[in-house]
Order: sequence, then structure tokens, then C-alpha cells
Amino acid sequence: MNEFMQLLIIGISQGCIYGLMALGFVMIYKATEMVNFAQGDMMMLGSFVAWTLIMDLGMPFWLGVPATLIIMALFGALVDILIVRRVIGQPQFAVVILTLGLGIIFRAAAGMIWGQVPLTIDSPISGFSSFHGIVIGNERLAIIAVTALLIVILWAYFRYSKWGIAMKAASQNQLAAYYSGIPVRVIISAVWAVAAAISALAGILLAPITLIEPMNGLLGIKAFAAAVIGGFGSMPGAILGGLIVGIIEPFAAAYVPAVKGSMVYIVMLIVLALRPQGLFAQIHRKKL
Amino acid sequence: MRILFKTNYKQDLNLAKHGGHRFWYGLLIFVLFAAPLILDGYYIGEATRVLIYAMAGLGLMVLTGFTGQASLGHAAFLAIGAYTNAWFLAQGFSSFVALPMAALLSMIGGLLVAIPASRMSGIYLAIATLAFAIIVEDFAGHLTSITGGNRGMMVDAPMLFGYQIWQTWGLYLFVLSVLVAATLAVLNILRSPLGRAMIAVRDSEVSSQALGVNPMKIKVFAFTVSAAITGLAGAFLAHYMLFLTPQIFGILLSIQLLLMIVLGGLGTVHGVFFGAVLIGVLETGISIAKDTLPSSISGLPGIEPFIFGAILISVIAFEPTGIYGRWVKIRSYMEFFPIYKRKSFKRQRAYLKTERLR
Repeated sequence: MNEFMQLLIIGISQGCIYGLMALGFVMIYKATEMVNFAQGDMMMLGSFVAWTLIMDLGMPFWLGVPATLIIMALFGALVDILIVRRVIGQPQFAVVILTLGLGIIFRAAAGMIWGQVPLTIDSPISGFSSFHGIVIGNERLAIIAVTALLIVILWAYFRYSKWGIAMKAASQNQLAAYYSGIPVRVIISAVWAVAAAISALAGILLAPITLIEPMNGLLGIKAFAAAVIGGFGSMPGAILGGLIVGIIEPFAAAYVPAVKGSMVYIVMLIVLALRPQGLFAQIHRKKL
Repeated sequence: MRILFKTNYKQDLNLAKHGGHRFWYGLLIFVLFAAPLILDGYYIGEATRVLIYAMAGLGLMVLTGFTGQASLGHAAFLAIGAYTNAWFLAQGFSSFVALPMAALLSMIGGLLVAIPASRMSGIYLAIATLAFAIIVEDFAGHLTSITGGNRGMMVDAPMLFGYQIWQTWGLYLFVLSVLVAATLAVLNILRSPLGRAMIAVRDSEVSSQALGVNPMKIKVFAFTVSAAITGLAGAFLAHYMLFLTPQIFGILLSIQLLLMIVLGGLGTVHGVFFGAVLIGVLETGISIAKDTLPSSISGLPGIEPFIFGAILISVIAFEPTGIYGRWVKIRSYMEFFPIYKRKSFKRQRAYLKTERLR
């Protein structure tokens, strides 16, 4: 029982990271119908930027984190303005390839700048907590707490703030939003900024429990699976999908080690075969 | 400027439209077959790799370029083909058994993916194929009895009529003949009703359905053909590599294949070959350039993927039709010399096509 709970909590904390990245995917997809395959690499860049600010330049942790988020938000907006905007209206395929290319470049650039040697960030939260015989690292509890907090903030942002509502409007119908006086282009860049900042936060949260290296960008594929399981285009679905993926992993590793690498994808294929639009469908099948 | 005088409806169906085509393509095939007489072993080896890439690209082009189904998992079919071929050769069968089995098993793999995948579109399809590729790579690592697992597996030379082909030029000619046959097969499929239906499904699923095409069937067909050709390419890749590990068939290989056909020009058979040659030349070129450049640049880890990524992005952003599209523009500039208009190739203004709520 204790082992079960322990695996569950590890799974949930890992799932929170996937959920956050999946949230970035879904936000960009909802706003622009583009799938950003470079999301995982943005997360990786975020953790490298945090490392530079905190460990290399010696900023205090609590200052380094917001600075990283701001830098990555600007970076996300720049990626949209300089590159991604060019392919709006081209087939989805072009976007997939473009963002895959961006991902390759980010990964290669990170390797050139920071090297292939894994780095670590000293986090101010460390040690272990134990309740009733379950021992859990404090970083993992922090991940769960920060994710929960962020979800509340995002919910309030999309519910009450002017920009959040404008983003929702732009994602529902760009033309109608434009006619109502919403600057759709600026909004889309802002969505990229928010998505990049969220994935940077995921990267910072992940840093204490794994090492920072360029190949971390490939975690984005798991987050992508999470977004698909949740149903692309549903923000609660993204978080839930992330949790499902996160929980599957440690259990598969503990009980069926032969498939631990591919279990997530097998589950995803099963979900896709049964419900091609994910668990929380927002896209409906065309009926003729 | 050439004006074709048509006297028969069947002329529209000819593979070679006029004498110029016949002459130049004939010359190309002749030069390719004669190449081992002129070039030395190293370049023949490089050329073999380009041909294998072209074959894999041809398979992907059938699916992605002509049927419009993005696949991020074609490395899986390469893997299935490579391992099947290697296993059958290791059991003492000849290549006449091993190659068709490689194609057949990949085809079965293709069917397995196609049946759920034909209900999906766009990103869902891309991610499902990606997942399939990851699962295949993972299984290749675990099925130690067949694939040798992560320790790898030696590949025997191809066996034809009781002779083992060890020479570089032998493999080159073998790959070349199969590639020519595969290309002719694809060209023939493309001018048949099935091929036209594939293109119709790519351009608009709704209109193709209205004209009596069953998009599901066409997609499944495209998947199986594509998987079979890619499986053959995988079988030859095994011979080229001589040693197989599951890591060869990672995501990066799938991305590279996709990159190849996009660079060459999506939706054209020429594009496959342009893309394969470009990738081959780039790989060789980068490794040669590394020797001449100062070590401060060439010593940087990951400079190759960086260059690849940069080329990929600039092609998508500036010339979405790829090298073949650029070539068509240059050719028509020369054909229509004084009266060429840039606007004749201007992209139609496209609006955001929604996939939601349709």
C-alpha cells in the first residue's frame, strides 16, 4: 500500500510537469491551430536560462525564476513574430515541420552554448517529508503545489482578465474577434509568450529532480501524448492527460518493466483508437 | 518552348511525355548504371546511401506527398524491413525471400497503423505514427532473440542465386535496380484511378467523397504501399549499415525522411530524388567542411543538426514548394523567356482553415 501511494505521488508530480507542457501545446493550438512541436525544447531552454541566471550569474533563486519566465516569454513572442507567423494559412503539415525544425535548432543551439554535460540547479527546497511511512521528496510536493497554484491563476486569468478573455475570443473565431476590435496578431504573440513561460516554469520545476541537458527537449513528446490523451484543445484535459501519463510511467516501470518505455504511447494509441478525438473532445468528427 | 501535338488521348497517359523526356531520363538511368565504372568505392558507397534514402523517401512521398497523410513514424517501417531482411538472411534464405518478406511485414505493420489512423487526420495522425515508431523502436530493443536487442545485430550480405554480394558496386546496382522498379511502380500507381483518388483525398476529402471515392480505403491503401516501399528501403539500409541497433531507427530518422521530401518538393516524385541527393550531399559536405573549418566552429557539438534545422526552416518559410518547385520556376522562366511573370507562381491567399467544429 505504501509503495502504491509512493508511486502515485511520484507519478502525480511528474504528471504535473507533463500537464504544464501539454497546457502550452493546447494554448497555442487553441489560439492558432498550430501544433508547436518545439514546446519540449522551449522547456529545456527555460531550464538552461534559469541555470545561467541562478548558478552562473549568481542571482538569488526567487529573483532568477521570474527573470527566466520573462526572458522565455519574450523569446516565445519573438519566435512567433519572426518565424511562425509566416506560415499561418499554410497546411498544418508545414507548421508541424517548421516547429520540428525549430526544435532541432533549439536543441543544437543549447548543446553548443551550454554543452552536453548535464547541469544541476541548487533548489532552495530540499529534504524529504514523511507521512505514515510514505517518504516523498519535498521538491515533488513543491511541483504539485506550484502546478495547482498556476492552474488557479490561469483559470482566473481566462475567466476575469481582459487579455484572457480576448485570447479565448481569438481562439474561438479569429475573424469575429478581429471585427470586435481585438488585435488578433498581438494576442497570438501573447499566447506564444504565455505558453513559453509556462513551459519554462515546467523546466524549472523539473530541474531539481532530473539533470538539465539538451535531450530533455524530447520530453515534449510525452507531453504531446498527454495533450492528445486529454483531447487537444481542452485545457483541463491537458492537465488530466498529463497526470494520466505521469501516473502510468512509474507504475509501468514498477510492475511491467518490459514496456516501461512504450506504455504511455500504447495507452495513447488505445485512447486514439477508441476515441479519436481524445477523452475531452473539443473537435468533432465531420459528419456527411 | 515546346508545343506538344497530341493525336491520341492515350498520349496524356504516357509516362514520358515527349522525346526530350525519353532521352534525358534514359541518359540518367544509363549514367547511374554505368557509375561504378567511373567512380571509386567511397563515392559508390555514398551514392548507395542516397539511393536508399530516395527509396525510403519515395515510400513516405506516396503517403505524405500524394495522399496528404503526415507521418512522423516512417523509421518504424525502415526498422521492420531492416530486421526482417537481416533475420531471414541469417536463417540462410536468399534475398529473393528476404526482400519480399521485409516488404510484406512492413506492409502488415502499415495496415496495423492504417486502420486506426485512417479515422484520424492532421496532428492526430502525426502523433499516432510517432507513437508507433517509438513503440517499434522499444520493442526492437526488447526482442533480443530476433533483433539482438541493444547489443545490436550483424547483417549478412545480400544473397542472389547462391552468391553473396560483398562488393560496394554490387549493392549499389542491386539497390539501383530495385529503386528504378519501385519508382516505375509508384508512377504507374499515380496515373491509375487509385493514384488519382489518392491525390483527390489529399486535396479535399469532402469533394473526393462526393465523387464516389472512399477516403478510408484510399488512405489504408496508401499506408500499405508506403510501408512496403519503406520496408524495402529498410532492408537495403540494413545491408548498408552492416550492423543494426534499435537506436538507428529513432525519431530523428523519421524527421530526416520528412525533411528530405519537404526540401525536395512535396507531392512530386522528382522531389524525392532532389531531396535525397541534397541530404546526401549535405551530410558528406558537412563532414568534409568540418576538416577545413577552424576547430572553434567545427568542434561545436551539434553543428550538423543546427544546419539541418536552419535549412528546413528557411525552406518552409521562403520556398514551401521545395527544390523541385524552384526548378519549375527557373525552367518556365527560361521557356517563356521574355514574358515570364512572377505572379504565375504566386501562392493563393490562404485563410486559416479550421479543423474545429466542422
